[in-house]
Amino acid sequence: MSNPTRCAACRYLRRRCCEDCALAPYFPSANPHRFACVHRIFGASNVARMLQQIPVEQRRQAADAIAMEAYWRVQDPVYGGVGVISMLQREISVTQRELAETQAQITMYASQAQSQPNQTAAAQCSEDRHSVPSQPPFPGLYQRDDIPQEILRRHF
Amino acid sequence: KQSSSLLPCEMGGNSPCASCKLLRRRCTKDCIFAPFFPSDEPHKFAMVHKVFGASNVSKMLQELPIHQRADAVSSLVYEANARMRDPVYGCVGAISYLQNQVSQLQMQLAVAQAEILCIQMQQEPALPEPQMDADDKSFVVHNELSSMAQFMNHPSTSNVPQEALKREYPWT
Repeated sequence: MSNPTRCAACRYLRRRCCEDCALAPYFPSANPHRFACVHRIFGASNVARMLQQIPVEQRRQAADAIAMEAYWRVQDPVYGGVGVISMLQREISVTQRELAETQAQITMYASQAQSQPNQTAAAQCSEDRHSVPSQPPFPGLYQRDDIPQEILRRHF
Repeated sequence: KQSSSLLPCEMGGNSPCASCKLLRRRCTKDCIFAPFFPSDEPHKFAMVHKVFGASNVSKMLQELPIHQRADAVSSLVYEANARMRDPVYGCVGAISYLQNQVSQLQMQLAVAQAEILCIQMQQEPALPEPQMDADDKSFVVHNELSSMAQFMNHPSTSNVPQEALKREYPWT
């Protein structure tokens, strides 16, 4: 038995879409470009194999993540999702610097207020500021070679 | 007698690259993989082949200028490694984590900037309000990826409510 409406994968591959098609739940016919990107980067058989190796309840999230990676790789054939990571890391650095500067300003105002006993509001405001957590870029994935850092140095 | 038992690149004493060794084929001098997958790092190509497939990687590299192929290989190895460590989310898990960090820091910055305003207004209420810098890039990054966590957790691929994500990730 085949589905009357083929999924995007089977339509792209020009084959019958069976009722138990492994890709049909994750690549609906309404989104043909999504599967086109995934097939271009990963290949249909690869994706089907990867999804089969994942518990059923997590396959939709996995298909979404694979589709995102494929989309980013099509948009940026050199860096793909790593380009998105580097953009976020830069954003974190910039925001951390701004936060540190702003907190330094608050400290300055607080010290000025303390030297003027009537200005108690400044001292109260400064007590609530948050410390900036020092976070690793993201744990567990950076090995000794630091491949993304090398890419970042060359790219930026 | 022909030295057919040797691969062409072995005739000069060079071993086949990791790709050709894994794929069990001749490693010619213009092998597209050889510059990036040396024989002493077999695991790199093994990961990339498992996740992307050798033919897909070959096509991707062929479509790139030569000077960009090394970076492309590095990023592919990185993504393949991430996907093997996390078969569900791959490197998208890390992106979601970083996006959460960006959001937290931006919130902290907004609070700190509000404190500055509060202090300044209380100290010099007659002064004009200072301009708050609109960080366009932060706004764009936040808009582009702000719904990523929702997207990852959302059960349906057809429900992507954020307009910004629709702009950057068009499959809705």
